[in-house]
Amino acid sequence: MIEFESVTKQYPDGTVAVDTLSLRIPSNEITVFVGPSGCGKTTSLRMINRTIERTSGRISIDGEDINAGDPVTLRRGIGYVIQHAGLFPHKTVVDNVATVPKLLGWDKRKTRATAMELLERVGLDPKLAERYPAQLSGGQQQRVGVARALAADPKIMLMDEPFSAVDPVVRHQLQEELLRLQRDIGKTIVFVTHDIDEAIKLGDNVAVLRVGGKLAQFAPPAELLAKPADEFVEGFIGQDRGYRALTFVTAENLPLGPVPADLAIGADGKPAGWRKDGDTLPVGAVFQRGDSLRAAMDSVLTSPIGQGVCVDEAGKPVGVIDYTGLTGVLRP
Amino acid sequence: MRWVDDNSLLIWEQLREHLYLALIPMVLGLLISVPLGYVATRYSWLANPLVALGGVLYSLPSIALFIVLPALIGTKVLSAANIIIALTIYAVSLLIRNVIDGLRSVPEEVLQAAVSVGYGTLRRVMTIDLPIAVPVIFAGLRVVTVANISMVSVGAIIGIGGLGELFTLGFQQDFLTPIVVGVVLSLALALLADVALVGLQRVLTPWARVNTPKEA
Ligand SMILES: Nc1ncnc2c1ncn2[C@@H]1O[C@H](COP(=O)(O)OP(=O)(O)OP(=O)(O)O)[C@@H](O)[C@H]1O
Ligand SMILES: [Mg+2]
Repeated sequence: MIEFESVTKQYPDGTVAVDTLSLRIPSNEITVFVGPSGCGKTTSLRMINRTIERTSGRISIDGEDINAGDPVTLRRGIGYVIQHAGLFPHKTVVDNVATVPKLLGWDKRKTRATAMELLERVGLDPKLAERYPAQLSGGQQQRVGVARALAADPKIMLMDEPFSAVDPVVRHQLQEELLRLQRDIGKTIVFVTHDIDEAIKLGDNVAVLRVGGKLAQFAPPAELLAKPADEFVEGFIGQDRGYRALTFVTAENLPLGPVPADLAIGADGKPAGWRKDGDTLPVGAVFQRGDSLRAAMDSVLTSPIGQGVCVDEAGKPVGVIDYTGLTGVLRP
Repeated sequence: MRWVDDNSLLIWEQLREHLYLALIPMVLGLLISVPLGYVATRYSWLANPLVALGGVLYSLPSIALFIVLPALIGTKVLSAANIIIALTIYAVSLLIRNVIDGLRSVPEEVLQAAVSVGYGTLRRVMTIDLPIAVPVIFAGLRVVTVANISMVSVGAIIGIGGLGELFTLGFQQDFLTPIVVGVVLSLALALLADVALVGLQRVLTPWARVNTPKEA
């Protein structure tokens, strides 16, 4: 657990970036700091690895004050990923990943083996190992950044808007992969973003900060959407928080109807299209039982005939849902 | 050509002296300007005055410097130290700007990443900052080296000037061959030194020559 106790940061020019922040960041979960530009997210994050020193208050990791030891040693035990990856341009991909093990003096073979394994873990082709960062796309660079942060197997990983400089498609991929990776590695991740959607998608807990470095609310995403603490949080979450809250309701309880004969089934057993007046229309988005109500609703909305198709693990249709079925669940 | 054969030992000796007088200041200049440049990036108010001072020093005529130095620092008039010190001053005054620009060319996020993963300052400067600054520093180093090689000859006026002494010889004896040999050799030396520096830079910076970014 990382604990902030009345932490304040005042820069030499007088700016109070973080104001008496108290917060408990649970271990092995993703905690997201979110808030408008300049609200002190980066400052808060960087006080954890002491690349910014707090002015007053106390920050501790598992009960021990981070100021007790030497900052360089502290940093080697905390992974750090930043916006443009900040890769070392003069080192190859594998050497970038091996940075911290090298600083820690691991033997060469173990270092290299670890680095190569991590490249695969973050979804990179090992063939890229000998390239230089300038020879990678933005998304690939960001993956190398994550691999570098994980190389010495730190318990904590700090991520400062790591995905905000890549295009939306790649961002979505990287987010999914971070969640998948986190299921395996269970690190204590502190993630900074100004994008509330990203916060809600990734966070086990979300800390909403307001300008001046004040904590507005600290809660799991579902609670944040259901019970915003005040008008600022409500405004920040945005207009469609009701719709977004559906992300946290499962589609399990939907009353599915039988698969209609109009649904054409392909040779692979998956839905191939809706037959209508001699034409075959596209199926639209499909969803699974374990998905959210938001996914089910999206499926209905994208269906050409207002019928969302629910499929099993193998992609075979198991039932359909329409607007009436949905509203029954939305208004219990 | 007879003259060349008869004096090959002398020519060889002057060539070695020339190389030595030009390269020692280059190395010293580097050893002085790198730490100085680093300090100037840490305390950025120092940077402009330092670069300006470098500009002023560089504009001093070399001949004046060669003659004034012995009086100033108490060396013998005929000491090689005068040449070495003078050329080191030129080297530093030119290199300081390149070192500062080079260190500033290291992207902010790279510095931040280096500190955050746990580099200590000295290790970071040696293994991250300086290697990344190499292309910019080498641009200055090449200018310094070629300039030094030509300026060494001026030292002949005060008696120590490598190949420049061949010019003195030629003028004294009213004889063209030594002058031609001196000119040709110092040109060749400058060219070779430049080629060597370019080669060294290529070896040091394989990353600076990579082809265009690949798509995802
Ligand atoms: N080195 C500094 N000196 C003075 N003020 C600073 C410094 N760094 C940040 N600040 C100020 O502190 C406040 C918080 O900055 P911080 O970078 O933590 O915000 P942020 O939430 O990360 O913003 P963004 O979303 O734009 O990255 C801002 O008002 C900023 O201008
Ligand atoms: Mg920030």
